[in-house]
Amino acid sequence: MSQTVLNSNIPDGPLADKWRNHKNEMKLVAPNNKRKYDIIVVGTGLAGASAAASLAELGYNVKAFCYQDSPRRAHSIAAQGGINAAKNYPNDGDSVHRLFYDTIKGGDFRAREANVHRLAEVSNNIIDQCVAQGVPFAREYGGLLGNRTFGGAQVSRTFYCRGQTGQQLLLGAYSGLMRQVSAGKVKMYPRREMLDLVNVDGVARGIVCRNLKTGEFETHAAHAVLLCTGGYGNVFYLSTNAKGCNVTAAWRCHKRGAFFANPCYTQIHPTCIPVKGDYQSKLTLMSESLRNDGRVWVPSDPSDTRTPAQIPEEARDYYLERRYPAFGNMVPRDVASRAAKERCDAGYGVSDTGKAVYLDFQRAIQEQGEDAIRAKYGNLFHMYQKITDENPYQSPMKIYPAVHYTMGGLWVDYNLESNVPGLFVLGEANFSDHGANRLGASALMQGLADGYFVAPYTVGNHLASRSLKPVTTAHPNFDKTRQEAQGRVEQLLGVNGKRSVESFHRELGNIMWEYCGMARNAEGLKKAADEIRTLKDQFWKQVFVPGSGVDFNQQLELAGRVADFMEFGELFAKDALAREESAGGHFREEHKSDDGEAKRDDENFQHVAAWEHAESGDSVRHQEELNFEVVTPSTRSYK
Amino acid sequence: MSDSENMTLTLRVWRQSDCESRGKFVDYEVNNVSPHMSFLEMLDVLNEQLIVQGEEPVAFDHDCREGICGSCGVMINGQAHGPDNETTTCQLHMRRFKNGDKVVVEPWRAQAFPIVKDLVVDRTAFDRIMQAGGYVSIKTGQAPDGNSLPIPRQDQESAMDAAVCIGCGACVAACKNASAMLFTSAKVSHLAQLPQGDPERSQRVVNMVAQMDAEQFGGCSNTYECEAACPAGVSVEHIARLNREYVKASFCSTAEATIQAAE
Repeated sequence: MSQTVLNSNIPDGPLADKWRNHKNEMKLVAPNNKRKYDIIVVGTGLAGASAAASLAELGYNVKAFCYQDSPRRAHSIAAQGGINAAKNYPNDGDSVHRLFYDTIKGGDFRAREANVHRLAEVSNNIIDQCVAQGVPFAREYGGLLGNRTFGGAQVSRTFYCRGQTGQQLLLGAYSGLMRQVSAGKVKMYPRREMLDLVNVDGVARGIVCRNLKTGEFETHAAHAVLLCTGGYGNVFYLSTNAKGCNVTAAWRCHKRGAFFANPCYTQIHPTCIPVKGDYQSKLTLMSESLRNDGRVWVPSDPSDTRTPAQIPEEARDYYLERRYPAFGNMVPRDVASRAAKERCDAGYGVSDTGKAVYLDFQRAIQEQGEDAIRAKYGNLFHMYQKITDENPYQSPMKIYPAVHYTMGGLWVDYNLESNVPGLFVLGEANFSDHGANRLGASALMQGLADGYFVAPYTVGNHLASRSLKPVTTAHPNFDKTRQEAQGRVEQLLGVNGKRSVESFHRELGNIMWEYCGMARNAEGLKKAADEIRTLKDQFWKQVFVPGSGVDFNQQLELAGRVADFMEFGELFAKDALAREESAGGHFREEHKSDDGEAKRDDENFQHVAAWEHAESGDSVRHQEELNFEVVTPSTRSYK
Repeated sequence: MSDSENMTLTLRVWRQSDCESRGKFVDYEVNNVSPHMSFLEMLDVLNEQLIVQGEEPVAFDHDCREGICGSCGVMINGQAHGPDNETTTCQLHMRRFKNGDKVVVEPWRAQAFPIVKDLVVDRTAFDRIMQAGGYVSIKTGQAPDGNSLPIPRQDQESAMDAAVCIGCGACVAACKNASAMLFTSAKVSHLAQLPQGDPERSQRVVNMVAQMDAEQFGGCSNTYECEAACPAGVSVEHIARLNREYVKASFCSTAEATIQAAE
C-alpha cells in the first residue's frame, strides 16, 4: 500500500491550536488581487452557497452551478431537526472539547481528530453568522436562543427553527448568495449539471457542464474548483435524499484522479416512514428531534395483534430504553437503526409488513399537552399524516430505518483539497468529519463550517502559494473533455433498448439494500459486486432513453446519473468487503460482540480507505492512518 | 394493500415542447393507481407507461418529494397543488381521488414564469426579486454573538411564519393577476420583524416591489387565492405588513431617493 500518496497536511502543534496557527501561516491574496481569480462552485446547498457567498464577499469572481431551477432548492433544505454548536447557553457543561469528543466518538473513531476539532471550534461562529443573517432560530421567552437535544449527546446543543432548520439555514446562505449575484461578484448558473472535471498540468482548472434546459455543453475555466455536490445515498434508489441527488460530479472527479474515501460508510436513519408499495419513489425522514419526546417500542409478544392504544404498558418493550439506559431513545442513529432491525428480524415488527416499530408521543402529550407538542413538531406530524393518512397525535407513528446520509466521499486533506490540486470538496461530498457515523444535527454544521469558515482561507492559500498560469477554455483539454462528456451522452441516447432508466435504478437499489444495507457480510458483498456488474452490462444494452440531447430531457439526466451510480455501487461493495470490521454505519455480521454490538478492529483498520480509480477496473486501495493524540479510541458504549 | 383499491384515472395533461411552441392538452388513461401513491408517483406510473410505449414522458419539476424544496407544483383541476390545504403536489395523495375521475393537469400560468417544457416553468424571476433586497447585508465573519440581541419570542415566531415560504410559485399561479405579492411579502415581513433586518427595511421593500413589477407580475387585488393555495401556510397578513412597510418607506427620505432610482 502506497501510503505516501496521501498527505493529510495536518498542521503541527497541540490539537486546540492547529487551526489558529494554520490560519496565521497560510498565504493570503491581497485585496486588490482577489478580483484576478475565478472560482467555480458546483452545488448550492449549505456548503456551496455559503462558500460561494463568502468567497465573493472577499472579492473573488465566483461562478456557481446547480442542477435545480434555483439555488434555494438544494437538498440541505430538507434537513429538519437542527444544527449543533458548543455555545453552552443552557449551562449544562458543553464545550468545544465535548462537541469534538462526541463527534469523534459518534463517528466510531474513524475520523481525523484535527478536522473534527476545527469543526467544533467554528461551530459557534456559524450560529452567530446565521442569526445575523436573520435566521429565525427558536427562542425562549426572554428572547434568547433555545436548544434541544439530539442523539449521541448528553447536553442540549442543538439550535433549531421548528422542524425546518435546514430550510432556514439554506435560505440564509442563499440570501448571502443572492446579495453577491446582485453585486456582480457571483454569476449564477441554474439548471446546469457538471459532467466532467478539466485538469491542466495536473491541476483542476475547470468543468464541463450541460445546460439542462437547452442540452448545450458548456466549459468554464477557473483557478479553483469547489465541489459541494452532496452525498450518494440515491445509489440505494430508495432514500431520504431528493430525487435529483447524485454521485455524478464526484464520480467524474474520481475518474479524473480524485481518490474516493470510505464509500461504504452510509448512514441508515432510524426514524423514517416505512416503505409501502413497489411504486414508492422515495422515503421520508421523521426528524431525530422527535426522539426527544417520542418513545420507541414494539409489543413484547410478537403475536400481539391489538392496536397500539389497546396494548398496555406492561405488554410493551421499550427496547432502546431497556438496552441503553444511559441514552435511552437518544442513542446515535446507527445504534437505533440496528436495534430496530434486530427487533423486526426477530419477528416483533408491527404494521402489515412487519417492518416497522412504534414511535409513541402518548406520554409527552399527557405531560406537556398537545399544543406544546404541536409547537415543537407540528410540521412533522402534518407531513406524517399527509403521507400515511394516520393521526400521530392519536396513535403512535410507525417508523423504520432508511438510507439518509453518506459519510464517505472524495478524499480531502486538512485544507479540504482533494489529491487533485485545486479541487476542493466541501460538505457531504467529502469524507472528512463524521468518520463511520454522523451524529444528528452535525451535517448542517459541517456544510456551513466548510463553506463559511474553512474554504475561504484554504482556497486563498492555494491561489497565493501556487503559481497558476493563465488558462482559458481555449486550452485543448477543455475541448477534449467536453467531447468525452458529450460522447457519453450520445452513447446513452444510442442504446435504444426497451427498458426504462427507472427500472434499472430500482434494481440497483434492491441489490444495494439487500447486500450493502444495515448488515453486510463477505458473501453478500461479493454477490452485490457481481450482480451490479451484470446489471451494468444489461443497462448499456437494454436501456431506452426517450427524446433527444438538444432540449430539456429529464430521462437523459437520470440515465447519466444511474450509469454512474452503477459504477460507483461496485466500488461501494468492494470497499465494504475490504473493511473487515464493524464501525459505525458499516456493520459486518462477521464482526460483532457477544451482545450484537459493532466490533471495531483498531489494529488493522484504524485508517481511511481511499480508492484510486484504474481504467482496468481494479481500483487501488490506499490508506491514511488515523492517529489519535488526544482521545483514546474506546468501545463505543451508550448503555 | 389489495389491488381492488386501485383506480383508473383519465388525465388531461398540458404538453408543450418548449417556450416557443404551441401547447395542447393530451388525454391519457392511467391504470393501477394505488390510493397510497403521491400525485407525483402517479405521474411516474404514467411516464413509465409512456416510455414502454416509446413515447416521450411528461416533464415535471420535482426534487425532495417531501414538501419543502418548492420544486414541484402543477395546477390540478384548476387548483394550485390540488385540492388539499397546505399541501404541495408531492404530498398530495391519490386517496383524494376516486376511480374514474378525470384530472386536468397544467403548469403554472404566468407571464413571469415562461414554460420550459410540459409542466415545467422558469421561476428565476423569484431569484431576481430576492437579489433586489431579500437579504441582510452582512459579510461572513462580521457577526456578533447570537445572544447579544434578544428577540421577543412572538417576533421570532411571527418572522418564522413568514420565513417558511418555499418559493414554489403557487401564489402566483393561483392569483388571477399573477401577482407575486405573497412571495415578496413573506421575505419582507420575515426580515422586517427582526432587528437584523431593520437597518435596510426601507430600501428592501421598495427595491423588491420594484423588481416584482419589472418581472411583469401583476398587482394585488386582495382576492386571497394565494393564501388558500400556499402549501406553507403563509398568511396574507404579510401582504398587509408589506403594504405598511412600503408606505412607511415612501415617507422616509432615504428611501425616496431609492424609489426614484428604481423608477
